[in-house]
Amino acid sequence: MAYWRVPLDIKKVEVPHGNVHIDKEQCKGCKFCVEYCPRDVLEMSAEFNRKGYHYPVVLKQGACVNCNLCEMICPDFSIFVMEGKPRNPEADEIIDRKDNQ
Amino acid sequence: MKADPIGVATGSHYIDGDHACAEGAIAAGCRFLAGYPITPSTEVAERVAERFPFVGGQFIQMEDELASMAAVSGAVWGGAKSMTVTSGPGFSLMMENLGLATMMEVPCVLVNVQRGGPSTGLPTLTGQADMMQARWGSHGDYELISICPNSPQECFDLTIEAFNLSEKWRVPVMFMMDECVGHMIEKVVIPEADKIEITPREFYKGDKEKYRPFRFDGKGIAPMVKAGDGYFIHITGLTHDERGYPVINEQAQDKNVRHLVDKILKNEDKIRIIEEDQIDGADVVVVSYGITSRVALKAVELARKKGIKVGIMRLITVWPFPESRIRELAPKVKAFVVPEINLGQICLEVERCAQGKAKTTLVSHAGGWVHDPADILKAIEEGVK
Amino acid sequence: MSNSKGQILSNKLEIPKSDELKHPMEGYLREERFPHIWCSTCGIGTVLTGFITGLQKSGLDREKVAVVSGIGCSGRAAGYLRLDSFHSTHGRAIPFATGLALGNPELKVVVISGDGDIAAIGGNHFIHAARRNMNLTVICINNFNYAMTGGQAGPTTPEEANASTAPFGCYEYPFNLPFLAESSGAIYVARWTSLHIRRVSNSISEALLKPGFSFIEVIAPCPTLYARRNRLGSGLDLMKFYHDSAIIDHNADTRDIDIGYQDRITIGKFVDKDKPTFLENKDNFLKKKLGDKFIQYTGQNWE
Repeated sequence: MAYWRVPLDIKKVEVPHGNVHIDKEQCKGCKFCVEYCPRDVLEMSAEFNRKGYHYPVVLKQGACVNCNLCEMICPDFSIFVMEGKPRNPEADEIIDRKDNQ
Repeated sequence: MKADPIGVATGSHYIDGDHACAEGAIAAGCRFLAGYPITPSTEVAERVAERFPFVGGQFIQMEDELASMAAVSGAVWGGAKSMTVTSGPGFSLMMENLGLATMMEVPCVLVNVQRGGPSTGLPTLTGQADMMQARWGSHGDYELISICPNSPQECFDLTIEAFNLSEKWRVPVMFMMDECVGHMIEKVVIPEADKIEITPREFYKGDKEKYRPFRFDGKGIAPMVKAGDGYFIHITGLTHDERGYPVINEQAQDKNVRHLVDKILKNEDKIRIIEEDQIDGADVVVVSYGITSRVALKAVELARKKGIKVGIMRLITVWPFPESRIRELAPKVKAFVVPEINLGQICLEVERCAQGKAKTTLVSHAGGWVHDPADILKAIEEGVK
Repeated sequence: MSNSKGQILSNKLEIPKSDELKHPMEGYLREERFPHIWCSTCGIGTVLTGFITGLQKSGLDREKVAVVSGIGCSGRAAGYLRLDSFHSTHGRAIPFATGLALGNPELKVVVISGDGDIAAIGGNHFIHAARRNMNLTVICINNFNYAMTGGQAGPTTPEEANASTAPFGCYEYPFNLPFLAESSGAIYVARWTSLHIRRVSNSISEALLKPGFSFIEVIAPCPTLYARRNRLGSGLDLMKFYHDSAIIDHNADTRDIDIGYQDRITIGKFVDKDKPTFLENKDNFLKKKLGDKFIQYTGQNWE
């Protein structure tokens, strides 16, 4: 990303944003959502749920672009995304970098 | 309610039992038939295929009998009054989905025009050897209703009765004809529509959340709804609870299966249709059904001429078996004579219910033709001794 | 909340609490029956989400949509959907659905079942419903084996693949289901994998809106039996395999899209044409032959 020039109107650009919600008790730990999230929003938990599965946790909530793929690919109906206020991509970057440190 | 005049071919007809059965079904309001050709039942489907376009019915010839019986259950949940028609080998194929219909408590009529078996057997000749299959054919415990007509007129009248009973008890009814009755041509009088009594299906109309497609408390039969009415029913062939949801355990099985059996057996007296003649004081009672009951009449007539006190008991509903009636008669008579075109099926039931208090004599016939009345007479004579 | 690295997630976003929210598919599911019976990493649940979103997208009145399933793992699908749903006998989902669709012609009837149910024990019903162009949408979840009963070989098990009744590998030729459907007369034929869930969903929504016999095969991972017996890893590994070996080719000739063992999988929408349905044909034909005397069946008259 460092090689890209920052567009002049970056502050005006808005990208869709979603809030990820996880019903951890329903999860059977298949990792489909973690693997296929295009923005790497999710990560598997270290803890187990009641059934003894690791479940996904949100690593970078701000990075979610409300694509709903996790919701659709989840075989256990345990994750879903609600549309949030569109966000400025710059703000996402900030959160991303902070989380990845 | 009264029959819809559109389906009632009022008048005198000279037709065979198969055609009379088809007319009975249409008069009863049956508007869905899924079937597969098989001798000697095909004429029923043929007549229906010809008549349905004029009465607003839905006929489909399926790819086999498995599919036919499955389609009947589907159509009933779609809201139609439905039936299928078959004979021996097809009856065997239908057993799988007959079990499904029983479990789903589907009101429908399954016509079996019996022929000689086993396997392909005697496709064009008569038999009565599917009587136990009508009772025990599908796996698991269940109870159904079976009706045996003995004339084309009865094929008309009792087909309507079969539909009425099926709607009342939410159960598949076996209409057990035989090749003789099916192909016998006689006068059939079809009355005016307003003389034909029809039992309508009970539909639930209340609160959608509270609807239960089944009722296992022994206090009645649950009303039905049809798919598309917004009740979002779930109906399964698995052991289920009153919501229709699968429950795989001992307790649920007990409730579900006992309900299927009890709703018929505990109401046997309300379902039972039997004909009796000169039973009081009789030494011998001839118990028969279907075409054999007509042959037996001749034998009884001959025996009475010889001074033997013979009573007649004709089973119109063979299943549920009129157990209490046989038990009641057994101590009063010397013998039961049971002629049937098989090597001993219903005679076993008579023997069981007689509990040794009266002799039970089988007059068997392997199939292909009806009895010689002399054989039945011989058994009656031996019975008095 | 913390992640596996023990970091505290900084999150300045305003997020509503989960317990105030509802899963967007919730109304379409019988929540009281959850969790479902399917194994971890099994693909059937994914196909079910594809069906629900497809149904939502189609805009059909859900009161007029009924689902019929047969027996097997996929056969349980109907029982989890809050629609009019029926769980019939093994292989008979299609004839049951045929009866349902004819008994109430207002309905759009969907069959969701497995490869064994639809192509083996129900194979005859499948080709005949396609031949008649019955107004049904058939979704066949193909996991290459009989999973409910313990991983036996089925009509779609690829040659070489191991199954409990093919302990040294399968030596039968499998069915190529899209070819079977097309040659039998289906008007819409597609094949996807459970990885291509958006396409599954779009395909289902298209198929639901098409009157006639539509068929969608969805390849789904069976981690517990097919993958385990063949040492293919988890369902996730199979998803990765689909990612690498599935090729989208909408113009593919269905004759050429057999699936070999761990071989290329050709996916896409292969057939999309229009043809009058069984009922349209029946009613038009009889109207033409019998004129005004013909009375069309529009549902049983109980009055």
